[in-house]
Amino acid sequence: MNGIEFILANMLAAATPFLLAALGELVVERSGVLNLGIEGIMALGAVIAFIIVYHGGSHAVAFLGAGFAGACLSLIFGVLALGFRANQVAVGLAIGILGQGLSALIGNSYEALTVTGLSKITLPGLSSIPVIGGLFTQDAIVWLSLVATLAVWGMFRFTRLGLVIRAVGENPKAAHAIGYPVIALRYGAILFGGAMAGLAGAYAATVYTPLWADGMIAGRGWIALALVVFGTWMTGRVFFGALLFGAVSLGGLAAQAQAVPLNSQLLSSLPYIVTIVVLGIISSNRRLLKINGVASLGEPYER
Amino acid sequence: MFVLPRLIRRERASARMAVLAPIIAIAAAVTVNLILYLVMGKNPGAVFHAMLLEPFMSWASFSEVLLKTGPLLLIAQGLAIGFRAKVFNIGAEGQFILGAIFASAIPVWFPQATGGWIWPAMLILGAIGGALWAVIPAFWRVRLNANEILVTLMMSLIAAQVLNYLLLGPWKDPKGFNFPQSVMFQYDAMVPILIPGTRVNVSLLIALVSAILAWVFMQKSFRGYQFLVGGLAPRAAAYAGFSEARAIWLSLLIGGFAAGLAGAAEVAGPIGQLQRSISTGYGYAAIIVAYLGGLHPIGIVASSLLMAVLYIGGDNAMVSADLPVAAVRVFQGSLLVFYLAATTFVRYRLDIGHDAKGGTP
Repeated sequence: MNGIEFILANMLAAATPFLLAALGELVVERSGVLNLGIEGIMALGAVIAFIIVYHGGSHAVAFLGAGFAGACLSLIFGVLALGFRANQVAVGLAIGILGQGLSALIGNSYEALTVTGLSKITLPGLSSIPVIGGLFTQDAIVWLSLVATLAVWGMFRFTRLGLVIRAVGENPKAAHAIGYPVIALRYGAILFGGAMAGLAGAYAATVYTPLWADGMIAGRGWIALALVVFGTWMTGRVFFGALLFGAVSLGGLAAQAQAVPLNSQLLSSLPYIVTIVVLGIISSNRRLLKINGVASLGEPYER
Repeated sequence: MFVLPRLIRRERASARMAVLAPIIAIAAAVTVNLILYLVMGKNPGAVFHAMLLEPFMSWASFSEVLLKTGPLLLIAQGLAIGFRAKVFNIGAEGQFILGAIFASAIPVWFPQATGGWIWPAMLILGAIGGALWAVIPAFWRVRLNANEILVTLMMSLIAAQVLNYLLLGPWKDPKGFNFPQSVMFQYDAMVPILIPGTRVNVSLLIALVSAILAWVFMQKSFRGYQFLVGGLAPRAAAYAGFSEARAIWLSLLIGGFAAGLAGAAEVAGPIGQLQRSISTGYGYAAIIVAYLGGLHPIGIVASSLLMAVLYIGGDNAMVSADLPVAAVRVFQGSLLVFYLAATTFVRYRLDIGHDAKGGTP
């Protein structure tokens, strides 16, 4: 298998943790709320899913458990950010620290253990095409995350719910005046975002690299947050951003396999360096951010 | 009809609640975490004793608390200045690591050097290293409009890899049995001990001086006032001609400088070499310290002492009550969660039993 084939075959799987978490955060931010705790919520989802699979549970149950755990932790975020009107940046950091601590505590006796991942589904015909065939040989969660991308895109594009979420994010006072339940919608978005981050963690720890180690999320939650900015709050662009990061995290491995001498620390840093560079390029286009950005992002809402 | 309690904005912030909030948060965090330990099958009484009482019960363990207070106090003072200007530098961990690396350059490259200049030079170099690591996020924010939260965090993740690279490669001690650590530093590369018979060194003194400097800067200087206005009312600050770019640059550089200094003092103090575990999450814990101290220089002195007690007490509880070390991180996280909830009541009061129109039910 050459480098290109390797990247094409594994890009979607590598992108899936980024994609799931970023889709959730996209909905949260569209509603005007900034949840910086994604990294910790992913870690909690990861350890819960890992433990369920380790003790013989199915992946379906593991993902349900991880999604539920993620929603529960994000509910604490919601109560503080919406109920107590606390500073969203600080609450997000607190939830992140709490989630990472909880995951380390819960996973204490599972450190460095492994489980069996998910088998890949081949599409008859498509999967046997040379070079790009690997692209069509993916596990069920990858396919489902593509469906989720379409669903989020369709929700914002075609449905009333999508329109209302955007209205709440743009101008909560006006949305309230028209009669939309601002706080309830924001709670809903936060729970959705938390559940998606939990699923993203579950994929990372039980499918992509089926093992548990403290700190294994390794900044992927933070990159997911950056992806929402890269995508300028548009579903399609967030999807392509996630693919880019999937490819970046594989590109180094592929280069190493081709005997290109690459330092392994530089390799690990590559996604972080790319994040900083891309963030600089996208953000410097102030007009783009202003047009697509969410006006009330991070502002506490007071009636 | 049942009516949920509502938050009503106070006419002026409650000074009493500002003092009470951290105390309420500590009480709530202690209660919830002790229940958690009970659920985990540990003896909550033993954990409470080991974690919160033992650090005070002997001079030997209290001096260790003072030793930990130094870096936490120093980093948190630097961060709080930025937080008050709404510049969120969450990358102190990386700036701390860079400070440790820069400081280590002298004893690693000149292991035979002697003289009283070595440790002060290491501290200065470390502070410069930390500040340099904050230059990129500052430039990215001011010139490229990029969110400093994400950039500082990414810089921390990169810093950890830079440290790994040095310890596995060029800076690895050739006689170190292949452990990822540098040579042990020479005597003159160590900061002087402040309290004889303990490991407490002059870095605690430096941290206390930084608290006084931060207090003068934030409460007494016009520049500090500009920072405050910039954080509370950015528009008003812009009308008044206060430069946002300058506030961002200064916030990040001060934060990086302080964290770098703390990192340098750690390798030139209790650790005595560059190794992987130079920071046990000080950069992140300092964020909690800064908030818990109300972002106020004096409050931070108290909250850094509390956080140091948690570190030492956590180690005690690991030995005597078999508590996993991750429990300390859960305690830290929950402490900030409760503090953020409690601090709401500085600005708001609860209104119970009135419906939305203001009448009684």
